[in-house]
Amino acid sequence: MPIRFTSRPGLVAYLTAGDPDLAASREIALAAIDAGADVIELGVPFSDPLADGPVIQRASERAVKNGTTLGNVLALAGELRRERPDAGLIIFSYYNPILRYGLERFCTAAEEAGVDGVLATDMIVDEAGEYLKYLHQHHLAPVFLAAPTSPDERLEKIAAASQGFVYAISRVGITGTQKALASDAENLVKRLRRYTDLPIAVGFGVSNAEHFAAVGEFADAAVVGSALVATIEQAGREEAPSSIARFIRGLRQPELQAR
Amino acid sequence: MATTVPGTSTGRFGIYGGRYVPETLVAALDELEHAYAEAQADPDFHAKLDGLLRDYVGRPTPLYFASRLTEQLGGAKIYLKREDLLHTGAHKINNCIGQGLLALRMGKKRIIAETGAGQHGVATATVCALFGLECVVYMGEEDMRRQELNVYRMRLLGAEVRGVDSGSKTLKDAINEAMRDWVTNVRTTHYLLGSVLGAHPYPAMVRDFHRVISREAREQFLEKEGRLPNAVIACVGGGSNAIGAFYEFIPDKDVRLIGVEAGGRGTVLGEHAARFQGGAPGVLQGAFSYVLQDDAGQIALTHSVSAGLDYASIGPEHAQLHDSGRAEYVSATDTQALEATVTLARTEGILPALESAHAVAECIRLAPTLSRRDILMVNISGRGDKDMGILSRELNLKGA
Repeated sequence: MPIRFTSRPGLVAYLTAGDPDLAASREIALAAIDAGADVIELGVPFSDPLADGPVIQRASERAVKNGTTLGNVLALAGELRRERPDAGLIIFSYYNPILRYGLERFCTAAEEAGVDGVLATDMIVDEAGEYLKYLHQHHLAPVFLAAPTSPDERLEKIAAASQGFVYAISRVGITGTQKALASDAENLVKRLRRYTDLPIAVGFGVSNAEHFAAVGEFADAAVVGSALVATIEQAGREEAPSSIARFIRGLRQPELQAR
Repeated sequence: MATTVPGTSTGRFGIYGGRYVPETLVAALDELEHAYAEAQADPDFHAKLDGLLRDYVGRPTPLYFASRLTEQLGGAKIYLKREDLLHTGAHKINNCIGQGLLALRMGKKRIIAETGAGQHGVATATVCALFGLECVVYMGEEDMRRQELNVYRMRLLGAEVRGVDSGSKTLKDAINEAMRDWVTNVRTTHYLLGSVLGAHPYPAMVRDFHRVISREAREQFLEKEGRLPNAVIACVGGGSNAIGAFYEFIPDKDVRLIGVEAGGRGTVLGEHAARFQGGAPGVLQGAFSYVLQDDAGQIALTHSVSAGLDYASIGPEHAQLHDSGRAEYVSATDTQALEATVTLARTEGILPALESAHAVAECIRLAPTLSRRDILMVNISGRGDKDMGILSRELNLKGA
């Protein structure tokens, strides 16, 4: 499995697949990988993204409206895998599209496409019996979320069920940018570290070079989502790949982001 | 098509229910489950709850024999369970008092809620005023428009009403926004969910707060008729009044349980809210149940003249009752519900909420097919004052 982080912090880049359209998502994802994203999270658009803030809600709505389905996202993952054999690829979805597609059928297709792992926002370890069975059968890494509100006994279960990396949510709340990185994050990573040797990626609100560097002080990787999706929204279709590349390079070299 | 049975957690009704939520909320759901279990075992909690239900809410509600409606339909004897007579005008207050007491026990001073028709929002705002709690109600902008009297009532009671303009701007979208608030303010806030929906423990807990409806009705039938009814009819949005009206009759196998969904204005996806006719098992807003959705798993838009039934999923316990065959689910159209409203108003002088009118419509269809020895109960879950605007637009009443 090519989920690995070559520098610290590593970068997990979230994109809502199909925003603004699937062909654009392909170019944007390739640009993100070439600019230094270690792992791409391909977000499956959903009509009711209740864990997401306004930026990803809008992206999701645009992608649903242009007809993007889980099947399309799996095909996109297959293309990215052929083009960039070494990039980490995660399918990031609410559970219902996966359930409707069929859990087993989804896992089969994801494995065939060369997907490395799956993160389902509303799938918690307590419900994951069948889910884990099929993911394991198809060599897909289950990535679970850990929250600042999760007590230690849950963190232990989350760490034990996760593969590839564990996604630590930096703060209570929905996805979206924020001015300062919450102090919750470091404490959560410390608590989580007691239960796992897997890389720990911190997400929710990581939106600039300063946050990115701060995460690198205490975690293995940072997940950047809403800031990328907002960049795509502002850049427009033609400019989006180059804007994303510039943004990602700027996370590691702040002087580039200023342009 | 979903073929696998998901999940292994507790909080299941057969295969339905469970907990499909962001991890951030799990600790709060555990806390609620724990607080509820403790309260259940605490006589003081029951004494407070029962006292408020009696003295503040107005329980027990009458079981009223509707003799003129019975005569006009010429079939089964029709009884109405008068939840519309409760304080705030609907059954919703039963649950709000219960959860309000739980919020006090948990030390949570801020309450959020979603509302469709506004009845749950009004009941929540009322309980927050009574207990001195901060109250924020999320409501779809479409629903705010069609139930504007209730918006004003909530504000008058001191609640903040936040309009939601995503999706179809109705109940489902209000729940999404309430969940986003809860996940952000979970440490200080209790989400006072208004139906038997969402993640465990909500469907079982909300049901328990409404069981009093069938507990009373069962005793009232034994007292008035010396026997149980042949059928109990209730409308089903999320399904809280229906599960309350059904629950104590479930072991009585001879009592038919009939849930009435919103048939809206057509059978095409998007034109109705009949989950058992057009839906498939899926996960929405925390629970596995029947969901109106497209082939890609995107949740469908819904339509009903009644905001309280206008929702894409249904409580997971109803899904189990449906699959096991213990309850039957039918639908009534917008037109049938509007006609039933007028019929009940003019035969009995009782103006039902448009939601409850769906149950009345099924009663009007069913009663004439039964014998005069048969007995029906219709749960009048709420009163229709809130619907005056819609009724005056939809009905062209002569002289009105």
